[in-house]
Amino acid sequence: MTAQLAFQNVTLGYDRHPAVHHLNGEIAAGSLLAVVGPNGAGKSTLFRGIVGILKPLTGAITLGGLKARDIAYLPQSVDIDRTFPISVFDFVGTGLWRTTGIFGGLGKKAREQIGQALAAVGLNGFENRNIGTLSGGQMQRMLFARVLLQDARVIVLDEPFNAIDTKTSADLIALVRHWHAEKRTVLAALHDMEMVRAHFPETLLLARGSVAWGPTQQVLTADNLLEARRMCEAFDDGAGTCVVDPAHSRAA
Amino acid sequence: MLYDALIAPFLEFEFMRRALAGVVALALGGAPIGVFLMLRRMSLVGDAMAHAILPGAAIGFLFSGLNLFAMTFGGLIAGFSVALLAGLVSRVTVIKEDASLAAFYLVSLAVGVTIVSMRGTNIDLLHVLFGNILALDDQTLLVIAFNATITLVVMAVIYRPLVIECVDPVFLRTVSRAGAPAHLAFLALVVVNLVNGFHALGTLLAVGLMILPAGIARFWSRDITGMMMISVASAMISGYFGLVLSFQTKVPSGPAIILVAAVLYVFSVLFGNVSGLVRQLFPGRHLEA
Repeated sequence: MTAQLAFQNVTLGYDRHPAVHHLNGEIAAGSLLAVVGPNGAGKSTLFRGIVGILKPLTGAITLGGLKARDIAYLPQSVDIDRTFPISVFDFVGTGLWRTTGIFGGLGKKAREQIGQALAAVGLNGFENRNIGTLSGGQMQRMLFARVLLQDARVIVLDEPFNAIDTKTSADLIALVRHWHAEKRTVLAALHDMEMVRAHFPETLLLARGSVAWGPTQQVLTADNLLEARRMCEAFDDGAGTCVVDPAHSRAA
Repeated sequence: MLYDALIAPFLEFEFMRRALAGVVALALGGAPIGVFLMLRRMSLVGDAMAHAILPGAAIGFLFSGLNLFAMTFGGLIAGFSVALLAGLVSRVTVIKEDASLAAFYLVSLAVGVTIVSMRGTNIDLLHVLFGNILALDDQTLLVIAFNATITLVVMAVIYRPLVIECVDPVFLRTVSRAGAPAHLAFLALVVVNLVNGFHALGTLLAVGLMILPAGIARFWSRDITGMMMISVASAMISGYFGLVLSFQTKVPSGPAIILVAAVLYVFSVLFGNVSGLVRQLFPGRHLEA
């Protein structure tokens, strides 16, 4: 198995405070990995590092030959201006950016692709609706449709099922499994342990550093979860400079 | 009678024809920019930028009097500097764009008025503050038309990243680096169109033919293309009837144009089919599904 993503002693954070601390490990191409951990564990920060929005304070993230912009990313709190007058069709169509770029038009094939993506998430008939008229679940379906169009080798989903009803979650998880079957690498931050156990073969339990990383059943043990829960959430304002020797940091 | 009121002035007087050509160009360039300013919640930013161009225009005035090129050039430099500095400060520090611009434009306005009053008369100051579209010469008209053309071309180039940056800036950041250049190009277009408006309407009302038509359009269309078309049309209508009003009643041309736009705006607030007040009061019976 070749590594799609590799973390070499990665520390990511804000104002020099580490949110992900000395992470080492690799994610094989085609993995379906759940990233779990308490609030403030660094899940979103890790994803922001992977897609290049946040630069590591130390260490390096390598993307197996991909560029950060080849990764499809669904952030947790989507900063979408829902009052903007744009239709569902046009919004989802932005997922074709890699092929259309700034100037490319939406030809017949592209229009068909957009239609298929909307159908795949059950949003047929919503093409001409303004995005502001969608419910939370419909919005999430629309965002999945855009990820679908991005046709990315690596897909990063940050808590994609928050506040989503069970039917929509089931539909969307089916899509995630479909991506996995297509040998895409999928990472998802999740809180629903049942869902993780049922659908995700691998799990990274994160509490700033990696508490455990490997096959889901071995990672989600009571001891590991307890250890993750003990993580102190607050930054220490008076913390000194970190002197951890990368060679001794916890590896996957 | 109607002919005398609405058409004769333009057939009879060259300055009225020039003014009409001027407002048409202003509408074509400025109104679409206004729509984006409004959708990005930057309407007041446009106003702030209008004041920011003043010191540049004033320095041009200081060196060469009411010379069009000097004032335009100075205005562009000042406007770009403030837009870029404010944009940079907001991108690299915690200060948001509005606060950053407010700081820069206040300084600019103070500097501008100081420079004009060092050399000019009160009439010069009035010209700078309120413009005079009835006194457009060939050169000015060409500059305005040129700026409007540039605006439409650049808008076509940056349209897609600009729209995505408005709707979902994080997504744009993850797929492209076009966001920041598109944003800066847009701010530059705001400045170019303010300099345009500056000649016709003055620094205080320059933003009027950008923001009021955009506000009007919001009440009549749910779609951005429709909004841009309606905003251009309403800016042209305001310009035309404003000139007629000014000609017939001797109201200064700038305020007359803005007042006509204001009438359209009030009408739209009341009767617009997208969230107009009357529509809200009498929405009709609800639908089946």
